[in-house]
Amino acid sequence: MASGVKPRVKVPKSAAAGETITIKTLISHKMESGQRKDDDGNPIPRSIINRFTCDFNGENVIDITLEPAISTNPYFQFDSVVPESGEFTFTWYDDDGSVYEEKKAIEVS
Amino acid sequence: MSYNKKLTIGLACASALGFGVAAWAGPDEDNLVINGEIEIVTEAAAPEHMEYVDTIYSGWRFRSDETQAVQADDFDNPSMIFVETAMEVWDTVEGTEGKSCSSCHNDVESLRGVRAVYPKWNEKAGEVRTLEHQINDCRENQMGAEKWKYTGGDMVNMVSLISMVSRGMPMNVAIDGPAQSTWEQGKELYYTRFGQLELSCANCHEDNYGNMIRADHLSQGQINGFPTYRLKNTKLNSVHARFKGCVRDTRAHTFKPGGPEFTALELYVASRGNGLSVEGPSVRN
Repeated sequence: MASGVKPRVKVPKSAAAGETITIKTLISHKMESGQRKDDDGNPIPRSIINRFTCDFNGENVIDITLEPAISTNPYFQFDSVVPESGEFTFTWYDDDGSVYEEKKAIEVS
Repeated sequence: MSYNKKLTIGLACASALGFGVAAWAGPDEDNLVINGEIEIVTEAAAPEHMEYVDTIYSGWRFRSDETQAVQADDFDNPSMIFVETAMEVWDTVEGTEGKSCSSCHNDVESLRGVRAVYPKWNEKAGEVRTLEHQINDCRENQMGAEKWKYTGGDMVNMVSLISMVSRGMPMNVAIDGPAQSTWEQGKELYYTRFGQLELSCANCHEDNYGNMIRADHLSQGQINGFPTYRLKNTKLNSVHARFKGCVRDTRAHTFKPGGPEFTALELYVASRGNGLSVEGPSVRN
């Protein structure tokens, strides 16, 4: 498993019904491309986050495929309409099979 | 009148005559407020000891709007990943004495203001010391732990954490009293030409700030924003690592990071920024 992986998200705590909010996400990850070689000339195996998704109350908001050219600590910022109170679920999929998940609730007034 | 103003007028004349010289570009007029609450002073009257510059600017003012924006919110600032690592180390017991940083210093907030006055004269040691020297002194003598590499990851992360709690405070290093001779030595280094290209710090950062050096927009070389996360190497960079890079670029043999030459230079360069806010860990390209 890649070391030092830690997901972070920033979602407003509350919003008006139907409001468009901005969500920021960041995961610390080496994003080893598989193209590099170590000091002895052996290729360093690829180890990246290959997919990121965000769902709101079970409905998909965004689904991203990541490629090896994406640099270290991938950061995504996107907008979402919030129709009702609920919970965002953020999921990152690692090449090594690990899945990192983070949840954030939002209150609609 | 500063060299730079003369230069600006010179360039303006040249452009008017149709020589097609690129316009002098920058610093811009933007204001920096971090997280919507920490106001950062990025422009100030130059300290009295500076003969050729009237106004000092943080390097932030010379960067593009996109790069500037990354530093305005800690969530966007990639330095914070490294600062978080340092926070864990702060509470981690290491060495023969069974101590961590927090055993003596409690919360890191207790070190608010420290970054603003370093490098600083250390009475007991009888020398000017940087924050890095002091951290290694703590590790060796208080904790009984191994010293960190001067420009290594552990060190620069910890300096960033200590710098972060002082953000917004004005840089205020002392250059009189016992520190004066070291400061003079630093000043001498600043104005000495090095390397095959025969460049001094002043040639770029005093005579030509605002101009382009190939694809790079020259700043005044202020260090109030250090440690700096650089987009080009995706990690935090320490002051002495930056000095080393600069001296290397003049095609000279560089001094040793943590050595007396760079320590003196750091004191002098820091004193050129007295009045600007502590900004580190900042974001630059």
